[in-house]
Amino acid sequence: MQLVLEKRAERSNTIALVSPVIAIGLTLVTMSILFAILGKNPISALGVYFIDPLTDSYSLQEIAVKATPLVMIAIGLSLCYLANAWNIGAEGQFLVGAVAGSWLAVKTQGTDAGPWVLPAMMVLAAIGSALYALIPAICKVRFGASEILTSLMLVYVADLLLDYLVRGPWRDPKGFNFPTTAEFDPVAIVPVLIEGGRLHLGGVIALVIVAAGAVLLGKTIKGFEIRVVGAAPRAARFGGFNSNQLILLTFAISGALAGLAGIIEVAGPVGHLQPGISPGYGFTAIIVAFLGRLNPVGILIAGLFLALTFIGGEQAQIAMKIPLDVTKVFQGILLFYVLACDSLILYRFRLVFASPKVSSGAH
Amino acid sequence: MGLIEAIVLAVLAASTPLLLAATGELVTERSGVLNLGVEGMMIVGAACGFGGAWLSGSVIIGALCGIVAGVLMSLIFALMTLGLAVNQVATGLALTILGIGLSGLIGSRFVGEKISLAPHLYIPGLTDIPLIGRILFGEDAFVYFSLALVAGVWFFLYRTRAGLILRAAGDNHASAHALGYPVLRIRMFAVMFGGACAGLAGAYLPLAYTPFFIPGMTAGRGWIALALVVFASWLPGRLVIGAYLFGAVTILQLHAQGWGVGIPSQFMSALPYLATVVVLVLISRARTGGSTAPAALGTVFVPDR
Repeated sequence: MQLVLEKRAERSNTIALVSPVIAIGLTLVTMSILFAILGKNPISALGVYFIDPLTDSYSLQEIAVKATPLVMIAIGLSLCYLANAWNIGAEGQFLVGAVAGSWLAVKTQGTDAGPWVLPAMMVLAAIGSALYALIPAICKVRFGASEILTSLMLVYVADLLLDYLVRGPWRDPKGFNFPTTAEFDPVAIVPVLIEGGRLHLGGVIALVIVAAGAVLLGKTIKGFEIRVVGAAPRAARFGGFNSNQLILLTFAISGALAGLAGIIEVAGPVGHLQPGISPGYGFTAIIVAFLGRLNPVGILIAGLFLALTFIGGEQAQIAMKIPLDVTKVFQGILLFYVLACDSLILYRFRLVFASPKVSSGAH
Repeated sequence: MGLIEAIVLAVLAASTPLLLAATGELVTERSGVLNLGVEGMMIVGAACGFGGAWLSGSVIIGALCGIVAGVLMSLIFALMTLGLAVNQVATGLALTILGIGLSGLIGSRFVGEKISLAPHLYIPGLTDIPLIGRILFGEDAFVYFSLALVAGVWFFLYRTRAGLILRAAGDNHASAHALGYPVLRIRMFAVMFGGACAGLAGAYLPLAYTPFFIPGMTAGRGWIALALVVFASWLPGRLVIGAYLFGAVTILQLHAQGWGVGIPSQFMSALPYLATVVVLVLISRARTGGSTAPAALGTVFVPDR
């Protein structure tokens, strides 16, 4: 028996819409089996993961808070991936943004600075991370070095830079020796939307970015160029599109968005700079980008869904003593199923019952 | 034991996991498949390797568990990229994300446990030779195995017919297929070999490097191994040089901290990662004339029956 792929005459648009749903369904089945292996009741475990967080306003806000950085980073990544530029260092760009923006917060601490501080922090974060993201892009364009490896190496470097700053020069002298800066001044904090709630202005910014992404990709020449360069590099060359320039541009944008997400996370939900500000947002955003079909609206939905898994995972750890790493396993499996189901858009699967010699060997 | 001896021993120990993982990936890439999931396969290999050794009390069983775990992970990759023709870059990333989660899940019960490290060789007489005795005849078995593995891979690729066919599959899958070679099956075995090596490389860390398991203990070594394959221009001999150079950088930064060099430890720790970036740039720049990578590397192959 052999699985054979047959190329479809044209890509199936129905399946393009249905495949993420199939992928999520298959993931839930797989997770049920995993829960059973861990000795937990699969039904109640899935309930804790996916239903319970939707039932009270606190966790609903929490989902939006978690989705904010995921969506912002994933929009940037989707531009890169559409242009066939493999930025997988968003985690590092997120951290550098947090560091670059926090610099101003730390410098202005206790100086009665005006309300300009927070916007300035965001601009600094975006610029800093865009420059950081340009390092692998320039190495790629100028020297042909694999952007996959260089952007990833810079994640570890960013992590160590953050670690150095909060343990060294920026450490809060009154912080009982914990590696953290002092709490930011109120002018350096992202305001919450509902008094006493957790939902903050970052959520609105993320929505604006989703809209901007949709306009860029759907209505502008640049967006068209990005998509052509990724989908048909030869045609793009004939069209006179400069793919190197687009690699630099998409890396810079995605770096800037990751950095903005970083400073919003630090100046919002966290309130100070410390190690461990990201539970792998930069990597989870890769899943969000693919699950959302590299489409801004899709990414918004995918981001909310992945945020749900973070919140559900935390609740499952408390309520059912399910290890937190299950969330990562869940996210990994989901990405596999999404990619596998995507294959259905281009190919038809068929099982062929014949001797394997005939079907896999020569004609 | 002299300082030089100690440093060389440490460099070899730090290099061996890189060399093992990179050797496997070199064979995989020579067959035309880019598996970016090395880090994921390694980290699962580390958890399973430690688990196997802790439960059985045997380093060898631990190493075997690491290998099996690596192969199982690589089979998921093979099913996706070869069976379903999914993009290799995305699948490799997925494998790493899954691997980090699985490793945490499997390894959580072993955190805080300790095992005894793989013994170092001792041959009376030979190992006692001053200076070179410890270095040449006093390593753990993995070090010798990794070198034998590279030699074996070199022999296979350049001196056997099967090696030639594997390279042909990596350079031009359409021609290899037209000549009647089962490209997908060749690639599957190459991916599994890469998985076995990555699993063993991961298992090396808790079995012979540090006697315990901590989550994330591979710390990017899988990615550095990938860079080493580029550094070596897909040639096994250069892989040995590259791996030992990187091992040396890793040890240098550890020792520099010990010697009290006035540089913050984080900057020294960043050295291997920065070195990787610099090396990638230099190597890629030197090659702008023409790439030495297998021509079909990373491309999807769907045979028309």
